[in-house]
Amino acid sequence: MKRSEYSFNDSPAIDQVGVEERIARFSKRSIKKESKLTALKMALSMVDLTTLEAKDTPGKVKQLCAKAILPHAGFEGIPSVAAVCVYPNFVRIAKTALQGSSVKVAAVATAFPSGMSTRKVKLEETKWAVGEGADEIDMVISRGHFLAGEYNFVFDEIAAVKEACGEAHLKVILETGELSTLDNVRRASDLAMHAGADFIKTSTGKIQPAATLPVTLVMLEAIRDFYYETGKQIGMKPAGGIATAKLALNYLVVLRETLGNDWLNSDMFRFGASALANDLLMQIVKEKTGVYQSLDYFSKD
Amino acid sequence: MAKKQTKKTVAIKFNTDWQYAPAPENKDHIRLEEKYDLFINGKFTPPSSGKYFDTINPATEKKLASVADANEKDVDKAVTSARTAYDKTWSKMPAKERAKYIYRIARIMQERARELSVIETMDGGKAIRESRDVDVPLAAAHFFYYAGWADKIKYAVPGASARALGVAGQIIPWNFPLLMAAWKIAPALAAGNTVVLKPAETTPLTALKLAEIIRDADLPPGVVNIITGAGATGSALVNHPGIDKIAFTGSTNVGKIIQKSIAGTNKKYTLELGGKAANIIFEDAAIDQAVEGVVNGIFFNQGHVCCAGSRLFVQESIAKKVIRKLKDRMETLIVGDPLDKNTDIGAINSKMQLDKINKYLKIGVNEGGEMYQPSCTIPSKGFFCRPTLFTNVAQSSRIVQEEIFGPVLSIQTFRTVEEVIEKANNIPYGLSGGVWTDKGSKIFKVTSALRAGVIWANTYNKFDPTSPFGGYKESGVGREGGLHGLMPYLEVEHN
Amino acid sequence: MDQSTKNKVEIEKGHSNGHTKSKRLDVMKTYKIYIDGKFPRTESGRYYILKDSRGENPVNICQSSRKDFREAVVAARKSQPSWAAKSAYNKGQILYRIAEMLEGRKSQFIEELIQQGSTAAQAEKEVELSIDRLVYYAGWSDKYQQVFSAVNPVESSHFNFSMAEPTGVVSALSSENFGLIGLVSLIAPAIVGGNTIIILASSVKPLCAVTFGEVINSSDVPSGVVNILTGYRSELISHFANHMDVNAIVYSGNDSKEIQLIKELSSLNVKRAIIYKEVDQMEENSHNGYRIMDLQEIKTTWHPVGQ
Repeated sequence: MKRSEYSFNDSPAIDQVGVEERIARFSKRSIKKESKLTALKMALSMVDLTTLEAKDTPGKVKQLCAKAILPHAGFEGIPSVAAVCVYPNFVRIAKTALQGSSVKVAAVATAFPSGMSTRKVKLEETKWAVGEGADEIDMVISRGHFLAGEYNFVFDEIAAVKEACGEAHLKVILETGELSTLDNVRRASDLAMHAGADFIKTSTGKIQPAATLPVTLVMLEAIRDFYYETGKQIGMKPAGGIATAKLALNYLVVLRETLGNDWLNSDMFRFGASALANDLLMQIVKEKTGVYQSLDYFSKD
Repeated sequence: MAKKQTKKTVAIKFNTDWQYAPAPENKDHIRLEEKYDLFINGKFTPPSSGKYFDTINPATEKKLASVADANEKDVDKAVTSARTAYDKTWSKMPAKERAKYIYRIARIMQERARELSVIETMDGGKAIRESRDVDVPLAAAHFFYYAGWADKIKYAVPGASARALGVAGQIIPWNFPLLMAAWKIAPALAAGNTVVLKPAETTPLTALKLAEIIRDADLPPGVVNIITGAGATGSALVNHPGIDKIAFTGSTNVGKIIQKSIAGTNKKYTLELGGKAANIIFEDAAIDQAVEGVVNGIFFNQGHVCCAGSRLFVQESIAKKVIRKLKDRMETLIVGDPLDKNTDIGAINSKMQLDKINKYLKIGVNEGGEMYQPSCTIPSKGFFCRPTLFTNVAQSSRIVQEEIFGPVLSIQTFRTVEEVIEKANNIPYGLSGGVWTDKGSKIFKVTSALRAGVIWANTYNKFDPTSPFGGYKESGVGREGGLHGLMPYLEVEHN
Repeated sequence: MDQSTKNKVEIEKGHSNGHTKSKRLDVMKTYKIYIDGKFPRTESGRYYILKDSRGENPVNICQSSRKDFREAVVAARKSQPSWAAKSAYNKGQILYRIAEMLEGRKSQFIEELIQQGSTAAQAEKEVELSIDRLVYYAGWSDKYQQVFSAVNPVESSHFNFSMAEPTGVVSALSSENFGLIGLVSLIAPAIVGGNTIIILASSVKPLCAVTFGEVINSSDVPSGVVNILTGYRSELISHFANHMDVNAIVYSGNDSKEIQLIKELSSLNVKRAIIYKEVDQMEENSHNGYRIMDLQEIKTTWHPVGQ
């Protein structure tokens, strides 16, 4: 969409207390028995298994890919996760390791996590990651420019990165922990979607707070309004801070009751997480065996 | 793309494969007697007529217990015991001791909270989510709040002094049975009065459980008496000469009858009556939170709420969007077993009330209103009603003018602030109202122009023991809650 | 008949307000009623004759009708929002202005009270107390809100406050025994709180009522805020109590039948019925801030606290 077709002032106001009350109500949904098992598996299939540490090595990335394909050996009916998420220099390694599986490779790019570089460098990095085989690019927005009110700058940057992505899907990280207000979260979501994002994503995981339920609800509502306005389905990825199955299920409840059926799949929703997968697995095994589990029985990759 | 897509309709689909499994609250731990007597003078006493009536679960239509039907003789006994307790015990007791009794009640309520919520839900039909998270904790909080007032009364009446009135006769409705009992009893006791309370005939059980709590708290006999019965019992209580004050929550019609029937006496009264609140959304509102507030405003407790936001006013420029969002939100409301933790809308309190609501739905359609209900299924047994909204209604429509007391919302549009204020106030009621806008100065302008006792700005249906509640105009006289809720139980003296 | 004789005859016939008779022909006062800032006669054309305590000097008093009352209610309703919207400071100044005007016409009121049976000392006391009572309530104007409002510390994340707002249009039945302070005691607390009022004066002591209307009229009180009728309580009481556009009724007196009637009819629209027993009009403690609050509604407002 062209910048001229969208006004940065179109975003509605957000009332923080109202959002928190809504979340409190969502969080009281009781997910039991078969509906819990369904949800746990669905959540696992939506995980972007992530390693974004400066000490990452090819070995680490390969292990992660193995986990992504087969999260828990020896147990029937456990789905693969949606993707692994790595730095650009590990894309090729991951791509090779995941060959033949359904698991996608996502690369963070655009001077992740700060975004503090020139546009030229960001575009180069994006193109390079795509060239290496990345199916998805997770970019960061320039929060400084956004907070300074330079919305055109942020819009154009996203649009440029989108173009650089080519066939790859673009996830736009708003880094909501630095946006301060839910009004800003909403405005950034609208801006990113209009500029060409395929997904909007809460956080890099490097800033606290990372994903929260209130922020996610606001972003999902932005996606809903955008859908009604344009007919386009944008995906959502909360990332960082989602470590337990219980919390993941809360996210799915919010998703289900905000965007419904068409978003309840890994094409439209992802969890950016690392520890979450094992907790989901533990809960799945617990549901099937009726016995509380220990992490000793689940591989930490 | 291989397939050419035909233009698909843009709509959110909520009929997902992933459904929530039933999550019923456990009811094994609750204790219900088969038969309940009248709580008079600290003891459960059989009714002098020997008559009992059944109270049923409106979600299953099954009997829960038999409850004593108090007649005039029983009312007299209860009032006499309240009078004796007032004269001999309660009025002589140091205020700080009275306070500690009220604190005790609050504490025991908290300890038995789960049991109280389950019984409240079974007897009245409200969703367990609400009785567990709203009714019961708020009821306990009410006792906790007013307990502290008992020995601080002089601070409530600056420049004057105050004393208790004596015996208060209190009649409460079926929509918030335990909470209304707390609203009535707590301030009365804190101010130094003794009490005869009559719960509604369809929802007497939590009041009787409260009687057990009061007994277990060792409250002196007669300070609180709880008698059950229908309209005749209430009328006997209102007209008993030994009553100094009537506190009534219920319909405007009955309120007027009470006001009239005690005209020849010196009885004081507070009336908490009907309402038909306007909930107003301006185009600059936080729209998703406003929609949620509208849902909470009208579908909370099946719409059995005197302050329900039953008249929605939406500024024309956003009307389409708001209605679409409302419909989407209504699709996700779960109607059904009140004991299920996921239920949003429980059972209608009684067959009579369901008939009344259905009558209004017919009237609405006949008046030319456009009715919308979501696709949810409702149980075949029990009294249930889908959440409903009406568009294409006029200010003169009966469903816009009359209190339905059910999950039925009417939607009107407006263009200017002046227009909406005029329409909002154009009603004999004045209990509550809602305003949604992101502009501070508009909030103050509109909230002060609305002629109603409780105004929620950018929120709705919030309650707190510290916060006074009550109506203007035909919505009642007097306040309950907060400092102002203490006043109706005090005689202010100027010396 | 020559001119001087005619004059003389007139003086004999007419009354002289108890003045020592002068040679000059007195201009007699027509006692009219006060509605919407104007002094009409009753639309009914009816009157009753009031004589002074010696049974002399008859005066025609308007016997107001239900239609006069209806007109007054319309005026009171119309003026109420803008009167309530005036700042507390301004309303206080206007009440103080009424006191100033009353002070300036003190002797006239004393004279009227004497004419209606008060002793000179009683009359003087009543007028002075009336002035002081107006000053008292003028001072409350910007204080009752502070004293009787509340900020409520609710558990949730909301700012919550309760403040007083005027009940609206008030009908009032003034004391039958006190011609002036009976009026002041009901009018002042009602209007200082932003209400507008229609008051029926004492039927046996109505003279001050009309004169007080003149004081009101010259005190920057907007039209319709205070409306004063004269006439018979027995005729008008039920209309005062049953009018559906009146929000509250205030009664001064001890007649239990009247009190019951008022309360019964008030139930038609859940009118606030405020009964003041007629014992203490002249007592210092018969004025207090609680009388303002008797004609106030408490409005509670909630607003989220967030960012």
